[in-house]
Amino acid sequence: MKIYRCEVCGFEYDESQGWPDEGIAPGTKWEDIPEDWCCPDCGAAKADFVMVEVSPA
Amino acid sequence: MTSATADHGTGETAAWRDGKRYAWLLGLVVPAIPFLAWGLVSATGLGAFWWLGPVIVFVLIPLIDVAVGTDAENPPDELIEWLEQDRYYRWVTYLYLPIQYAGLVLACWLWTTYPMTLVDRVGLAVSVGVVAGIGINTAHELGHKKEKHERWLSRVALAQSCYGHFFIEHNRGHHVRVATPEDPASSRFGETFWGFLPRSVVGSLTSAWSLEKARLARQNKSPWTLRNDVLNAWAMSGVLFAGLTVAFGPAVLPYLAVQAVFGFSLLEVVNYLEHYGLLRQKTDSGRYERAAPRHSWNSNNVATNVFLYHLQRHSDHHANPTRRYQALRDFEQAPQLPAGYASMIVCAWIPPLWRKVMDRRVLAHYDGDVTLANIDPRNRGKVLARHGGVTEAPAASSAGSAGSAGSAVEGGAR
Ligand SMILES: [Zn+2]
Repeated sequence: MKIYRCEVCGFEYDESQGWPDEGIAPGTKWEDIPEDWCCPDCGAAKADFVMVEVSPA
Repeated sequence: MTSATADHGTGETAAWRDGKRYAWLLGLVVPAIPFLAWGLVSATGLGAFWWLGPVIVFVLIPLIDVAVGTDAENPPDELIEWLEQDRYYRWVTYLYLPIQYAGLVLACWLWTTYPMTLVDRVGLAVSVGVVAGIGINTAHELGHKKEKHERWLSRVALAQSCYGHFFIEHNRGHHVRVATPEDPASSRFGETFWGFLPRSVVGSLTSAWSLEKARLARQNKSPWTLRNDVLNAWAMSGVLFAGLTVAFGPAVLPYLAVQAVFGFSLLEVVNYLEHYGLLRQKTDSGRYERAAPRHSWNSNNVATNVFLYHLQRHSDHHANPTRRYQALRDFEQAPQLPAGYASMIVCAWIPPLWRKVMDRRVLAHYDGDVTLANIDPRNRGKVLARHGGVTEAPAASSAGSAGSAGSAVEGGAR
């Protein structure tokens, strides 16, 4: 499981947590998130995220 | 894509060429303003030329905007990545900085040795302030980039206006809270520029500080360290101003203060017009809807766009904040200002004019429903009275007597 961080605002997407607010189930891989998904906090495109670490979970 | 990369370095492919490629160099006229002013004063003997900075930005550029008009040309989607990789464009922005600081040193020399009246010296300070303010726009472009050296250059550009905290607050604060009541840098419907200015200056400062404090706290560190980006950015300003004082004497300090205040006020007036009245609605989950093209004001005026590195293609900037200026696109459905930012700045300084020009545009954007706008809470009653909304019926009945309208509607709004 990996964590991806928005390079603009610092929002983190943790694959192990998913993003249930928008129906992205825990465990959803980054690659499986739609390309037009964008940062829930600042609206930056998916391309503005970088992988930061492997989550312990 | 391969055919595009083969032509790398010329800004064109068989299918598309960047019409503004060399126009971007015109942006370097701005940092050269102190040199141009000095040259024109020397050549003509006219002290009025010390005011060249405001004349270029608030008179000349609006006139060129009218003469040259707009351009909605977008690079084709498949060429955007290639266009961003072309290093020519970033060098155009880097070059702003050495000219900016050479001009500042020149101005210090002029203030202390050149025969000038007090009005001349203030004029030069305002002209230098224009360079500092548009320098914040250069810093904005650089501060959004992933490359470390560009973020560092961003702070260097901000040192002159003492606005080093901007690149923290802007990315991690403004981009998150844009077009919400929580954002100090998003102006509200019914809020004048003069009311917005202190709110944004103070709010941005406290926001930057708390963002850095929280970041350092996560690493179990105190905020009182030079690793705090707010503090090390301010330290740059301190070193700069101290160095200039040692070199030219304390006589330069009042002029340095004038140019810094004028500089960051210029940034704040641009902040004021970028999101005026626009509001992201709350979703069922309680979060704000995502920032979208409809939450920024745009303009395709060529002249202002060239001098501000496409800042007016503001919707695409919020959708793709790290995208380089040359690749920013026009969104047809995004709200459009009636003129370029340079003209709208002058408009913002005169609140009755601003309200006349902009309030109906905000209303039209929300199909007449003012309650969908980001309304200034201090003027909420007045705004609802004037533009309908929930108090439409009582407001209409009291519209005849201006004196009692305010208090009558105050009650109605609650
Ligand atoms: Zn983000």
